[in-house]
Amino acid sequence: MFPPIANPKAEAITPKFGEQDLIRRSASSITPAAKRQTEVAKLIDVSKCIGCKACQVACLEWNNLIEEVGINVGVYENPHDLTPNTWTLMRYTEWENPESGNLEWLIRKDGCMHCEDPGCLKACPAPGAIVQYSNGIVDFVKDNCIGCGYCVKGCPFNIPRISKVDHKAYKCTLCSDRVAVGQGPACQKACPTQAIVFGTKDEMKQWADKRIKDLKSRGYQNAGLYDPPGVGGTHVMYVLQHADKPQLYAGLPDNPAISPIVELWKGLTKYAGLTAIGAFAAIGFLHHIVSGANRVSDEDERNAKRLAGGSTK
Amino acid sequence: MTNSWMDIGNADVVWIMGGNAAEAHPCGFKWVTEAKHNRGAKLMVVDPRFTRSAAVADHYSPLRAGTDVAFLSGVINYLLTNDKIQKEYVKHYTNASYIVRDDFDFNEGLFTGYNEGTRSYNRSSWEYVMEPDGFAKRDLTLSDPRCVYQLMKKHFSVYTPEVVERITGAPKDKFLKVAEWAASTATGDRSMTIMYALGWTQHSHGAQNIRCAAMIQLLCGNVGIPGGGINALRGHSNVQGITDIGTLTASLPGYLAMPTDSEPTLDSHLVKRAFKPLQPDQTSYWQNYRKFYVSFLKSLYGPKATPENEFGYQWMPKLDIAYDVLRMFDVMHQGKTTGLFCQGFNPLMSVSHKAKTIAALSKLKFLVSMDPIETDTVRFWENHGEYNNVDPTKIQTEVFMLPVTSFVEEDGSFTNSSRLIQWRWQAADPYFESKKDIEILSDLFLRVRTLYEKEGGKGVEPLMAIDWNYKDPRHPSSDELAKELNGKALVDLKDAEGKVVRAAGQQLATFGEMRDDGSTDGVQWIYTGFYGPNGNFAQRRDNSDPSGLGVYASWGFSWPANRRIQYNRASADPEGKPWSEAKKYMFWNGQRWTGPDVPDYVPTIPPERAVGPFIMNQEGVSRLFTRGFLADGPFPVHYEPFESPVANPLYPKIKGNPAARVFKNDMEVFGDAKDFPIVATTYRLVEHFHYWTKSVHANAVIQPEFFVEMSEELAREKSIRPGQMVRVWSNRGEVKGKAVVTKRLKPLKIDGKTVHSVGLPLNFGFIGEAKKAAPVNTLTPFVGDANAQTPEFKAFLVNVEPVPGPVA
Repeated sequence: MFPPIANPKAEAITPKFGEQDLIRRSASSITPAAKRQTEVAKLIDVSKCIGCKACQVACLEWNNLIEEVGINVGVYENPHDLTPNTWTLMRYTEWENPESGNLEWLIRKDGCMHCEDPGCLKACPAPGAIVQYSNGIVDFVKDNCIGCGYCVKGCPFNIPRISKVDHKAYKCTLCSDRVAVGQGPACQKACPTQAIVFGTKDEMKQWADKRIKDLKSRGYQNAGLYDPPGVGGTHVMYVLQHADKPQLYAGLPDNPAISPIVELWKGLTKYAGLTAIGAFAAIGFLHHIVSGANRVSDEDERNAKRLAGGSTK
Repeated sequence: MTNSWMDIGNADVVWIMGGNAAEAHPCGFKWVTEAKHNRGAKLMVVDPRFTRSAAVADHYSPLRAGTDVAFLSGVINYLLTNDKIQKEYVKHYTNASYIVRDDFDFNEGLFTGYNEGTRSYNRSSWEYVMEPDGFAKRDLTLSDPRCVYQLMKKHFSVYTPEVVERITGAPKDKFLKVAEWAASTATGDRSMTIMYALGWTQHSHGAQNIRCAAMIQLLCGNVGIPGGGINALRGHSNVQGITDIGTLTASLPGYLAMPTDSEPTLDSHLVKRAFKPLQPDQTSYWQNYRKFYVSFLKSLYGPKATPENEFGYQWMPKLDIAYDVLRMFDVMHQGKTTGLFCQGFNPLMSVSHKAKTIAALSKLKFLVSMDPIETDTVRFWENHGEYNNVDPTKIQTEVFMLPVTSFVEEDGSFTNSSRLIQWRWQAADPYFESKKDIEILSDLFLRVRTLYEKEGGKGVEPLMAIDWNYKDPRHPSSDELAKELNGKALVDLKDAEGKVVRAAGQQLATFGEMRDDGSTDGVQWIYTGFYGPNGNFAQRRDNSDPSGLGVYASWGFSWPANRRIQYNRASADPEGKPWSEAKKYMFWNGQRWTGPDVPDYVPTIPPERAVGPFIMNQEGVSRLFTRGFLADGPFPVHYEPFESPVANPLYPKIKGNPAARVFKNDMEVFGDAKDFPIVATTYRLVEHFHYWTKSVHANAVIQPEFFVEMSEELAREKSIRPGQMVRVWSNRGEVKGKAVVTKRLKPLKIDGKTVHSVGLPLNFGFIGEAKKAAPVNTLTPFVGDANAQTPEFKAFLVNVEPVPGPVA
């Protein structure tokens, strides 16, 4: 058993990190904190997950989210996709393993991966709407969000969702409020089988090693850790039975990377040396090339790829 | 559970069958993941569906719903024919060596003594040969053809892997892997736990499913050792507690028996339960039954219970027959019941055959519901369209709803599957005007008693005799009631030398202190010690575990006697030495029995005395052959469910379990395979808790709507698209739900014929936040297990068709 995190004491606790610990802030230049905090991570062990959705409910409860009661469309996923209120979602895939002939029911908890190199933050034109703390957590700051939807485009995992009610972007915060006072995220706390564990990124990698060894002993030769380098690694990682085929797990990207259009935008801002005021001009420019709030046409994508020199996949 | 939740972490093989622990017991399932993670334990799952438990298993085998006895008998046959049993254990700790009477026999699917007219057996031949000294005859070489071991070999030989496949549809290789993994634990240094739940009990042969599991565990030597046992996973947080407290209609608290009409005196009741030892020197602990019974009567009637009046035995109601839930609703259906109290009970959803339940409830004069939430039952008279199509103008039943507090709004105890009693403290104020159950029942009792006092009436004497000695009679506290369960000394209790061992008024430390002369009381002997002279042990929260075996002896209190693994004397060999270092638990240290747990044995009896480890049994050993204790046979037999797609492949003339009770009008509404070719089974979803959480928004969000699971093959055959509305009907009614088409259900080849199955989750009804649905017990048959009368919810016949309309 991974050592459980002790419950907090009754008296008030000073948050362990805050504004002073930012290493990135969208559309603004900041002086990163001199000393980086220990990087944290959540490890999701798919091989221990029983798909109970306790994490989904814990997320709703802790974050005070009210989701609609939907319908069944012939699958176990409910809701059917991430929404502005559903920040984490169990996704179920039935896969007949051609090698063993056995059916496998692969159950993956989907949600923000908290990339070390966050595409959403890079794409965000609103100063301070997306921030990254030195412990690795990528957080949305609602008050600064302008609802443009670029974060959605910037995310290689298709995570953020824009609310039709208040036109703001929403996603998992890694329970930054809980982590700040020494707790793990609500989903981790609720997980009955320790399929979700939380700690420093190093601890999580070590724990994952043990799990991978166990899986290999059970015949999963390609068991491994999902910590994709294309986004600089992530602060939410998976242990997968078939780490050579992440796509199996409800389309988890094999090699996620930030969209070239975002890299281009990033390059432009650097070149122009835009100030915060200038950013609004850039917003206008981007709005021109992106039709609608959060849709980029295939043509835009191709053009961007060409402009960026095809350096990203 | 014979063992505990935490003890599952000690298993080398975990076998889940007749249950779906990951889904129905997700928190307890953590001990399975711990066993896998820490010990490299293997998990195998056998289930009609590839479940969420199967999703994390090392091996999965399908089987047709309702054929567990055939599968398990196949495993028994495998162990016996391949001699993969723990010989010494079987020889000394089971009745394998006992000689069975010559007139006992098994022929064409029936045991000796069957009476077709009464659907019951004369069980007199299901017995040992008795020696003139009154003890049972044995052959420790196990070679006598009439010994239990030899009879078993013969009885189970029919269940070859081929026959198992033919009946259950489980592919031979998948079945054999299960048998091999089970056999791998018959070594003394490895152990297997078996985890089951309603998937085994809710059959017309439910008790025999569990008998099979017990036999496998005994043959492998897996009872009484860490990581072993037969572990019944209970479905509510306190359902073990309510069973213990005597809510079974034929039980009093602590599994004492209700008196019956044929037992007019206390002695006539007790004499049947004296249970003299069948071997020299055996404990036969039920010999103490009288002490427990008298102590119970003293708690019930207080000073009015005296030796002269048989401690008030005459005031006790006497049963003519057992009023199990099926009988209760059958009697109600006949219009013989005036009123029904439902305390935390939603029978419209939980009793089989909803149409019959509705008709029965409609004949009541009044219905009272005591519940924290509004149940479907209290609104049975409302028309909810196709989901509950009744005519309210035709129903005259008066319905009262009494809102009660939920468990977080009062102090009290929970007893979990591990038999672990844990206290919990009130965490929230009662909601609005809700009252505690205790408060409502006390008020009702006192008012009824006052009315009888004033006006007299039938049965007034027993009512007046009740001892209601609480500080505030209208509000007995949980603390007072807990103390009453435990029991106390009523006078100074003295030992043989006249020394006072327990002063008058003191709480008893163990049930060993109970006496049969009226000098002690105590409602529930098995709980004695939980609130002893040193306080309420259910409140203990010490999580130290010096042995590292998950014993946690100072956390709460496990009945009986704070024992965490039952029959734990069997963890040592006959000489008192552990079977192996790996499974070392309780052992003889030269002076006494010691180890991390409380010995299930007199701690000072040396191994030489050869007192058997199964001290509750007259034999001192466990029973592979159950004598006359079960209604449907001393050995399990494969009987088809009452609704089955095939005739019994072994005994084609026998329909269902020949000893199961079926009421006449219910026999008439069984469907047959011609009209209903598809096997249906019902189950719970992890997203919901029974019928409660459909009233909770977040739970409704994560699983909003009733659905029907089916294979891709069946969907193709019936032209059903995923997400399409389908109609499912049995001979008793119909329901509609969304089609979940899945690879996790596959058609099976049964006796040469392709058989399809559908899965029907039971959590949906017409009250609450989730989408409305007709409850699935609209479809289920009204027949129960031959012994426990638990309804057959897990295997019956239906048909399926798509309903025109938009998909999803």
